[in-house]
Amino acid sequence: MTMNVSVAINGIRHDVSGVEPRLLLSDFLRDTLGLTGTHVGCEHGVCGACTVLMDGHSVRSCLTLAVQVNGSEITTVEGLGTPEALNALQTQFREHHGLQCGFCTPGMLMTGEDLLRNHPLATDEEIREGLSGNLCRCTGYQNIVAAIRSAAAIRREKAR
Amino acid sequence: MKPARFDYIAPKTLAAAVDALAASNGEGKLLAGGQSLLPLLNFRMARPSVLVDLNGIKELSFIERRGDSVVIGALTRHCQIELSPLIASELPVMSAAMRHVAHLAIRNRGTIGGSLSHADPAAELPMMAMFYGARLTVQGPAGRRTIAAKDFFVDALTNCLEPEDIVAEIEFPVLRHDGWAFEEVARRFGDFALASIAVSIKRGRSGLDEARVAVMGVADTPLRLENVEKQLCEIEIDGGTPDRFSEWVTSSVTPNSDLHASAEYRKHLLGELAKRAMQAALATKG
Repeated sequence: MTMNVSVAINGIRHDVSGVEPRLLLSDFLRDTLGLTGTHVGCEHGVCGACTVLMDGHSVRSCLTLAVQVNGSEITTVEGLGTPEALNALQTQFREHHGLQCGFCTPGMLMTGEDLLRNHPLATDEEIREGLSGNLCRCTGYQNIVAAIRSAAAIRREKAR
Repeated sequence: MKPARFDYIAPKTLAAAVDALAASNGEGKLLAGGQSLLPLLNFRMARPSVLVDLNGIKELSFIERRGDSVVIGALTRHCQIELSPLIASELPVMSAAMRHVAHLAIRNRGTIGGSLSHADPAAELPMMAMFYGARLTVQGPAGRRTIAAKDFFVDALTNCLEPEDIVAEIEFPVLRHDGWAFEEVARRFGDFALASIAVSIKRGRSGLDEARVAVMGVADTPLRLENVEKQLCEIEIDGGTPDRFSEWVTSSVTPNSDLHASAEYRKHLLGELAKRAMQAALATKG
Protein backbone atom coordinates (compact mmCIF):
# COMPACT_ATOMS: atom_id res chain seq x y z
CA MET A 1 0.00 0.00 0.00
CA THR A 2 1.25 3.47 -0.87
CA MET A 3 -0.35 6.89 -0.45
CA ASN A 4 -0.05 10.49 -1.53
CA VAL A 5 1.21 13.07 0.95
CA SER A 6 0.62 16.77 0.42
CA VAL A 7 2.35 18.87 3.05
CA ALA A 8 3.73 22.39 3.45
CA ILE A 9 7.29 22.24 4.77
CA ASN A 10 8.93 25.53 5.73
CA GLY A 11 6.29 27.28 3.62
CA ILE A 12 6.88 25.20 0.47
CA ARG A 13 4.26 22.74 -0.64
CA HIS A 14 5.39 19.20 -1.44
CA ASP A 15 3.14 16.67 -3.20
CA VAL A 16 4.73 13.25 -2.87
CA SER A 17 3.21 10.04 -4.21
CA GLY A 18 4.10 6.46 -3.42
CA VAL A 19 4.59 6.98 0.32
CA GLU A 20 4.43 3.76 2.34
CA PRO A 21 2.31 4.17 5.51
CA ARG A 22 5.21 2.85 7.59
CA LEU A 23 7.55 5.67 6.52
CA LEU A 24 8.42 7.83 9.54
CA LEU A 25 8.20 11.59 9.19
CA SER A 26 11.90 11.81 10.16
CA ASP A 27 12.87 9.56 7.22
CA PHE A 28 10.43 11.33 4.90
CA LEU A 29 12.12 14.65 5.69
CA ARG A 30 15.69 13.36 5.45
CA ASP A 31 15.58 10.67 2.78
CA THR A 32 12.63 11.60 0.58
CA LEU A 33 13.01 15.39 0.67
CA GLY A 34 16.73 15.70 1.49
CA LEU A 35 16.10 17.94 4.51
CA THR A 36 18.88 16.50 6.66
CA GLY A 37 18.80 19.26 9.28
CA THR A 38 16.40 17.11 11.30
CA HIS A 39 18.57 14.60 13.15
CA VAL A 40 17.67 11.04 14.11
CA GLY A 41 19.03 9.85 17.44
CA CYS A 42 17.18 7.15 19.35
CA GLU A 43 14.25 6.62 16.98
CA HIS A 44 11.91 5.78 19.84
CA GLY A 45 10.96 9.13 21.28
CA VAL A 46 13.50 9.51 24.07
CA CYS A 47 16.25 11.84 22.80
CA GLY A 48 14.28 14.64 21.08
CA ALA A 49 16.87 15.21 18.32
CA CYS A 50 14.23 14.72 15.60
CA THR A 51 11.78 17.32 17.00
CA VAL A 52 9.98 19.44 14.37
CA LEU A 53 6.96 21.75 14.52
CA MET A 54 3.66 20.37 13.23
CA ASP A 55 1.08 23.16 12.83
CA GLY A 56 3.18 25.27 15.21
CA HIS A 57 3.66 22.70 17.99
CA SER A 58 6.69 20.51 18.64
CA VAL A 59 6.38 16.81 17.82
CA ARG A 60 8.80 13.90 17.56
CA SER A 61 9.20 13.19 13.85
CA CYS A 62 10.33 9.62 14.66
CA LEU A 63 6.97 9.02 16.39
CA THR A 64 4.89 10.46 13.55
CA LEU A 65 4.10 8.75 10.25
CA ALA A 66 4.64 10.73 7.06
CA VAL A 67 1.07 9.92 5.98
CA GLN A 68 -0.21 11.57 9.18
CA VAL A 69 1.09 15.01 8.21
CA ASN A 70 -0.94 15.11 5.01
CA GLY A 71 -2.53 18.57 4.96
CA SER A 72 -0.36 19.93 7.79
CA GLU A 73 2.32 22.59 8.00
CA ILE A 74 5.73 21.37 9.14
CA THR A 75 8.63 23.55 10.21
CA THR A 76 12.13 22.05 10.39
CA VAL A 77 15.38 23.66 11.48
CA GLU A 78 15.93 24.68 7.82
CA GLY A 79 12.85 26.88 8.19
CA LEU A 80 14.23 28.94 11.09
CA GLY A 81 17.11 30.85 9.51
CA THR A 82 20.10 30.54 7.20
CA PRO A 83 23.82 30.57 8.08
CA GLU A 84 23.91 34.17 6.84
CA ALA A 85 20.72 35.21 8.63
CA LEU A 86 20.16 33.21 11.83
CA ASN A 87 16.80 33.68 13.52
CA ALA A 88 16.52 35.19 17.00
CA LEU A 89 16.81 31.89 18.89
CA GLN A 90 19.68 30.60 16.73
CA THR A 91 21.52 33.89 17.33
CA GLN A 92 21.22 33.38 21.09
CA PHE A 93 22.50 29.80 20.78
CA ARG A 94 25.59 31.25 19.05
CA GLU A 95 25.98 34.10 21.56
CA HIS A 96 25.73 31.79 24.57
CA HIS A 97 27.67 28.86 23.08
CA GLY A 98 24.55 26.71 23.36
CA LEU A 99 26.01 23.84 21.36
CA GLN A 100 29.16 21.81 21.06
CA CYS A 101 28.91 18.82 18.70
CA GLY A 102 25.59 20.11 17.36
CA PHE A 103 23.81 16.77 17.06
CA CYS A 104 20.99 17.65 19.46
CA THR A 105 20.81 21.27 18.31
CA PRO A 106 18.02 21.01 15.70
CA GLY A 107 15.78 19.36 18.30
CA MET A 108 16.78 21.88 20.96
CA LEU A 109 15.99 24.75 18.60
CA MET A 110 12.60 23.38 17.57
CA THR A 111 11.63 22.69 21.20
CA GLY A 112 12.89 26.17 22.10
CA GLU A 113 10.75 27.66 19.31
CA ASP A 114 7.66 25.89 20.68
CA LEU A 115 8.46 27.17 24.18
CA LEU A 116 8.97 30.75 22.95
CA ARG A 117 5.82 30.74 20.80
CA ASN A 118 3.37 28.92 23.04
CA HIS A 119 4.58 29.15 26.65
CA PRO A 120 5.39 32.14 28.85
CA LEU A 121 8.86 30.99 30.04
CA ALA A 122 8.93 33.06 33.20
CA THR A 123 11.49 30.99 35.08
CA ASP A 124 14.54 28.80 34.45
CA GLU A 125 12.58 25.92 35.97
CA GLU A 126 9.98 26.24 33.20
CA ILE A 127 12.70 26.32 30.55
CA ARG A 128 14.35 23.23 32.04
CA GLU A 129 11.01 21.40 32.30
CA GLY A 130 10.26 22.35 28.71
CA LEU A 131 13.63 20.98 27.57
CA SER A 132 13.38 17.81 29.67
CA GLY A 133 12.55 15.72 26.60
CA ASN A 134 15.71 16.72 24.72
CA LEU A 135 19.04 15.09 25.51
CA CYS A 136 22.40 16.83 25.06
CA ARG A 137 25.55 14.89 25.91
CA CYS A 138 28.01 17.79 25.54
CA THR A 139 26.93 21.03 27.13
CA GLY A 140 25.47 20.19 30.52
CA TYR A 141 22.46 22.24 29.35
CA GLN A 142 23.56 25.45 31.12
CA ASN A 143 24.27 27.36 27.92
CA ILE A 144 21.18 26.03 26.15
CA VAL A 145 19.01 27.27 29.02
CA ALA A 146 20.88 30.60 28.95
CA ALA A 147 20.27 30.96 25.20
CA ILE A 148 16.53 30.32 25.53
CA ARG A 149 16.29 32.58 28.59
CA SER A 150 17.97 35.34 26.62
CA ALA A 151 15.77 34.81 23.53
CA ALA A 152 12.66 34.94 25.75
CA ALA A 153 13.86 38.18 27.38
CA ILE A 154 14.55 39.78 23.98
CA ARG A 155 11.11 38.72 22.77
CA ARG A 156 9.44 40.21 25.86
CA GLU A 157 11.42 43.43 25.41
CA LYS A 158 10.30 43.69 21.77
CA ALA A 159 6.67 43.03 22.70
CA ARG A 160 6.68 46.03 25.02
CA MET B 1 14.39 0.50 13.96
CA LYS B 2 11.85 0.92 11.16
CA PRO B 3 8.28 -0.40 11.35
CA ALA B 4 7.32 -3.51 9.40
CA ARG B 5 4.80 -3.02 6.57
CA PHE B 6 1.20 -2.24 7.42
CA ASP B 7 -1.86 -0.82 5.70
CA TYR B 8 -3.33 2.44 6.90
CA ILE B 9 -6.88 3.71 7.13
CA ALA B 10 -8.06 7.05 8.54
CA PRO B 11 -11.84 6.91 9.18
CA LYS B 12 -13.82 10.09 9.84
CA THR B 13 -16.29 8.63 12.36
CA LEU B 14 -16.02 6.41 15.41
CA ALA B 15 -18.49 3.91 13.88
CA ALA B 16 -16.30 3.59 10.78
CA ALA B 17 -13.25 3.07 13.00
CA VAL B 18 -15.01 0.25 14.89
CA ASP B 19 -15.93 -1.35 11.53
CA ALA B 20 -12.34 -1.06 10.27
CA LEU B 21 -10.97 -2.56 13.47
CA ALA B 22 -13.50 -5.41 13.38
CA ALA B 23 -12.64 -6.08 9.72
CA SER B 24 -8.98 -6.56 10.63
CA ASN B 25 -9.75 -9.81 12.49
CA GLY B 26 -7.64 -8.91 15.49
CA GLU B 27 -4.64 -7.93 13.34
CA GLY B 28 -5.35 -4.21 13.45
CA LYS B 29 -4.14 -1.56 15.88
CA LEU B 30 -5.58 1.84 16.73
CA LEU B 31 -3.34 4.85 16.22
CA ALA B 32 -4.20 7.79 18.48
CA GLY B 33 -1.28 10.02 19.56
CA GLY B 34 1.15 7.24 18.68
CA GLN B 35 3.58 8.13 21.46
CA SER B 36 3.62 4.58 22.85
CA LEU B 37 2.60 2.70 19.71
CA LEU B 38 5.24 4.16 17.37
CA PRO B 39 8.18 3.02 19.56
CA LEU B 40 6.63 -0.48 19.59
CA LEU B 41 6.29 -0.35 15.78
CA ASN B 42 9.84 1.00 15.34
CA PHE B 43 11.22 -1.85 17.47
CA ARG B 44 8.87 -4.26 15.63
CA MET B 45 7.55 -5.43 18.99
CA ALA B 46 4.13 -4.74 17.45
CA ARG B 47 3.44 -5.84 13.85
CA PRO B 48 -0.19 -4.99 13.06
CA SER B 49 -1.48 -5.65 9.54
CA VAL B 50 -3.43 -2.39 9.52
CA LEU B 51 -3.33 0.85 11.50
CA VAL B 52 -6.68 2.56 12.07
CA ASP B 53 -5.77 6.23 12.56
CA LEU B 54 -8.26 7.96 14.88
CA ASN B 55 -6.78 11.45 14.46
CA GLY B 56 -9.36 12.54 11.87
CA ILE B 57 -12.34 11.82 14.14
CA LYS B 58 -13.28 15.28 15.40
CA GLU B 59 -16.13 14.03 17.62
CA LEU B 60 -13.54 12.41 19.95
CA SER B 61 -11.78 15.63 20.93
CA PHE B 62 -13.49 17.71 23.65
CA ILE B 63 -13.48 18.67 27.33
CA GLU B 64 -16.91 19.52 28.73
CA ARG B 65 -18.86 19.80 31.96
CA ARG B 66 -21.75 17.32 32.27
CA GLY B 67 -23.66 17.52 35.56
CA ASP B 68 -21.26 16.83 38.43
CA SER B 69 -18.61 15.46 36.11
CA VAL B 70 -16.10 16.59 33.54
CA VAL B 71 -16.16 14.46 30.39
CA ILE B 72 -13.09 14.24 28.17
CA GLY B 73 -13.11 12.87 24.61
CA ALA B 74 -10.65 10.02 24.05
CA LEU B 75 -8.66 11.91 21.40
CA THR B 76 -8.10 14.97 23.60
CA ARG B 77 -4.37 15.61 23.77
CA HIS B 78 -2.38 15.87 26.99
CA CYS B 79 -1.47 19.50 26.29
CA GLN B 80 -5.17 20.41 25.96
CA ILE B 81 -5.89 18.88 29.37
CA GLU B 82 -2.79 20.54 30.85
CA LEU B 83 -3.88 24.00 29.67
CA SER B 84 -7.66 23.64 30.22
CA PRO B 85 -9.15 26.18 32.69
CA LEU B 86 -12.09 23.79 33.26
CA ILE B 87 -9.72 20.98 34.29
CA ALA B 88 -7.74 23.40 36.49
CA SER B 89 -10.85 24.47 38.42
CA GLU B 90 -12.82 21.19 38.53
CA LEU B 91 -10.10 18.50 38.52
CA PRO B 92 -7.15 20.29 40.15
CA VAL B 93 -5.23 17.12 41.02
CA MET B 94 -5.32 16.01 37.40
CA SER B 95 -4.30 19.47 36.29
CA ALA B 96 -1.27 19.29 38.61
CA ALA B 97 -0.38 15.80 37.39
CA MET B 98 -0.32 16.81 33.71
CA ARG B 99 3.06 18.54 33.77
CA HIS B 100 4.56 15.22 34.85
CA VAL B 101 3.14 13.46 31.77
CA ALA B 102 6.18 12.84 29.55
CA HIS B 103 7.65 15.86 27.76
CA LEU B 104 6.42 18.84 25.78
CA ALA B 105 6.52 17.26 22.30
CA ILE B 106 4.89 14.07 23.59
CA ARG B 107 2.12 15.99 25.39
CA ASN B 108 1.44 17.79 22.10
CA ARG B 109 0.53 14.45 20.47
CA GLY B 110 -0.39 11.93 23.18
CA THR B 111 -4.08 11.41 23.96
CA ILE B 112 -5.99 10.46 27.09
CA GLY B 113 -7.74 7.53 25.38
CA GLY B 114 -4.39 6.24 24.18
CA SER B 115 -2.72 6.57 27.57
CA LEU B 116 -5.57 4.83 29.39
CA SER B 117 -5.73 2.04 26.79
CA HIS B 118 -1.94 1.54 26.97
CA ALA B 119 -2.40 1.07 30.75
CA ASP B 120 1.17 1.73 31.81
CA PRO B 121 1.33 1.15 35.59
CA ALA B 122 3.58 4.21 36.03
CA ALA B 123 1.62 6.68 33.87
CA GLU B 124 -0.28 9.59 35.36
CA LEU B 125 -3.58 9.39 33.47
CA PRO B 126 -4.44 5.79 34.43
CA MET B 127 -3.65 6.82 38.01
CA MET B 128 -5.98 9.83 37.68
CA ALA B 129 -8.73 7.57 36.30
CA MET B 130 -8.42 5.41 39.43
CA PHE B 131 -8.14 8.44 41.73
CA TYR B 132 -11.31 10.11 40.45
CA GLY B 133 -13.23 6.84 39.98
CA ALA B 134 -13.56 7.59 36.27
CA ARG B 135 -15.98 5.79 33.96
CA LEU B 136 -14.85 4.93 30.42
CA THR B 137 -17.41 4.81 27.64
CA VAL B 138 -16.36 2.27 25.04
CA GLN B 139 -17.75 1.70 21.56
CA GLY B 140 -17.72 -1.76 20.03
CA PRO B 141 -19.63 -3.56 17.25
CA ALA B 142 -22.62 -4.06 19.63
CA GLY B 143 -22.79 -0.38 20.62
CA ARG B 144 -21.67 1.61 23.64
CA ARG B 145 -21.06 0.49 27.20
CA THR B 146 -19.47 1.99 30.30
CA ILE B 147 -16.58 0.50 32.27
CA ALA B 148 -15.36 1.66 35.71
CA ALA B 149 -11.65 2.48 35.87
CA LYS B 150 -11.12 -0.17 38.57
CA ASP B 151 -12.37 -2.84 36.13
CA PHE B 152 -10.57 -1.36 33.12
CA PHE B 153 -6.96 -1.84 34.31
CA VAL B 154 -6.34 -5.57 34.50
CA ASP B 155 -2.55 -5.82 34.70
CA ALA B 156 0.58 -3.98 33.55
CA LEU B 157 -0.06 -2.77 29.97
CA THR B 158 -3.30 -4.76 29.92
CA ASN B 159 -6.85 -3.44 29.84
CA CYS B 160 -10.16 -5.28 29.71
CA LEU B 161 -11.15 -4.20 26.17
CA GLU B 162 -12.16 -6.61 23.41
CA PRO B 163 -10.01 -6.38 20.24
CA GLU B 164 -12.61 -4.31 18.34
CA ASP B 165 -13.47 -1.90 21.20
CA ILE B 166 -12.52 1.79 21.12
CA VAL B 167 -12.54 4.15 24.11
CA ALA B 168 -14.82 7.06 23.15
CA GLU B 169 -14.90 9.30 26.23
CA ILE B 170 -14.01 9.33 29.90
CA GLU B 171 -16.15 10.78 32.66
CA PHE B 172 -14.39 12.15 35.76
CA PRO B 173 -16.69 12.87 38.75
CA VAL B 174 -15.72 16.19 40.37
CA LEU B 175 -14.57 15.95 44.01
CA ARG B 176 -15.95 18.74 46.20
CA HIS B 177 -12.85 18.81 48.42
CA ASP B 178 -10.84 21.57 50.07
CA GLY B 179 -7.31 20.19 50.19
CA TRP B 180 -5.22 18.19 47.74
CA ALA B 181 -1.71 17.35 46.54
CA PHE B 182 0.08 15.42 43.80
CA GLU B 183 3.65 14.19 44.33
CA GLU B 184 5.90 12.22 42.00
CA VAL B 185 9.54 11.24 41.60
CA ALA B 186 10.96 10.05 38.28
CA ARG B 187 14.61 9.54 37.24
CA ARG B 188 14.31 12.41 34.79
CA PHE B 189 11.51 14.98 34.99
CA GLY B 190 8.70 13.74 32.74
CA ASP B 191 9.86 10.11 32.64
CA PHE B 192 7.65 7.34 34.01
CA ALA B 193 7.24 7.57 37.78
CA LEU B 194 9.29 5.54 40.26
CA ALA B 195 6.56 6.37 42.75
CA SER B 196 3.70 8.83 42.91
CA ILE B 197 0.76 9.66 45.15
CA ALA B 198 -2.37 11.80 44.83
CA VAL B 199 -4.35 12.94 47.86
CA SER B 200 -7.56 14.90 48.21
CA ILE B 201 -9.42 15.69 51.45
CA LYS B 202 -12.59 17.34 52.67
CA ARG B 203 -12.34 18.79 56.16
CA GLY B 204 -15.12 18.24 58.70
CA ARG B 205 -15.64 19.67 62.20
CA SER B 206 -12.99 17.62 63.98
CA GLY B 207 -11.40 15.40 61.35
CA LEU B 208 -11.90 14.64 57.68
CA ASP B 209 -15.34 14.04 56.14
CA GLU B 210 -13.88 12.53 52.98
CA ALA B 211 -10.49 11.43 51.70
CA ARG B 212 -9.25 10.11 48.39
CA VAL B 213 -5.85 8.43 47.90
CA ALA B 214 -4.26 6.83 44.83
CA VAL B 215 -0.70 5.65 44.16
CA MET B 216 1.29 4.35 41.21
CA GLY B 217 4.66 2.90 40.31
CA VAL B 218 4.31 0.41 43.15
CA ALA B 219 2.06 -2.27 41.59
CA ASP B 220 1.06 -3.73 38.21
CA THR B 221 -1.76 -1.18 37.96
CA PRO B 222 -2.37 2.17 39.62
CA LEU B 223 -4.11 1.65 42.97
CA ARG B 224 -6.75 3.50 44.91
CA LEU B 225 -6.17 2.93 48.65
CA GLU B 226 -9.72 2.80 50.01
CA ASN B 227 -8.66 1.34 53.36
CA VAL B 228 -6.33 4.26 53.95
CA GLU B 229 -9.13 6.65 52.96
CA LYS B 230 -11.35 5.09 55.65
CA GLN B 231 -8.60 5.24 58.27
CA LEU B 232 -8.03 8.93 57.53
CA CYS B 233 -11.68 9.73 58.17
CA GLU B 234 -11.62 8.00 61.57
CA ILE B 235 -8.81 9.95 63.22
CA GLU B 236 -8.31 13.41 64.65
CA ILE B 237 -6.03 15.55 62.51
CA ASP B 238 -2.88 16.80 64.22
CA GLY B 239 0.82 17.31 63.56
CA GLY B 240 1.41 13.55 63.50
CA THR B 241 -1.12 12.85 60.75
CA PRO B 242 1.34 12.98 57.79
CA ASP B 243 3.60 10.40 59.49
CA ARG B 244 0.73 8.06 60.32
CA PHE B 245 -0.62 8.43 56.81
CA SER B 246 2.82 7.63 55.37
CA GLU B 247 2.94 4.39 57.42
CA TRP B 248 -0.55 3.34 56.30
CA VAL B 249 0.30 3.99 52.66
CA THR B 250 3.59 2.08 52.67
CA SER B 251 2.08 -0.89 54.51
CA SER B 252 -0.65 -1.07 51.82
CA VAL B 253 1.71 -1.69 48.89
CA THR B 254 4.17 -4.41 47.88
CA PRO B 255 6.19 -3.00 44.96
CA ASN B 256 8.50 -5.09 42.78
CA SER B 257 12.19 -4.49 42.13
CA ASP B 258 13.19 -3.72 38.56
CA LEU B 259 15.94 -2.11 36.50
CA HIS B 260 15.00 1.37 37.69
CA ALA B 261 14.60 0.90 41.44
CA SER B 262 14.52 -1.74 44.16
CA ALA B 263 11.27 -2.58 45.94
CA GLU B 264 12.67 -1.13 49.19
CA TYR B 265 13.58 2.15 47.51
CA ARG B 266 10.17 2.50 45.86
CA LYS B 267 8.48 1.89 49.19
CA HIS B 268 10.70 4.39 50.99
CA LEU B 269 10.11 6.94 48.23
CA LEU B 270 6.34 6.46 48.37
CA GLY B 271 6.39 6.95 52.14
CA GLU B 272 8.24 10.26 51.82
CA LEU B 273 5.95 11.42 49.02
CA ALA B 274 2.90 10.42 51.10
CA LYS B 275 4.15 12.53 54.01
CA ARG B 276 4.76 15.53 51.76
CA ALA B 277 1.41 15.10 50.00
CA MET B 278 -0.53 15.00 53.27
CA GLN B 279 1.33 18.03 54.62
CA ALA B 280 0.50 19.93 51.42
CA ALA B 281 -3.15 18.79 51.39
CA LEU B 282 -3.65 19.86 55.01
CA ALA B 283 -1.94 23.17 54.28
CA THR B 284 -4.22 23.97 51.33
CA LYS B 285 -6.37 26.94 52.20
CA GLY B 286 -9.93 25.59 52.15
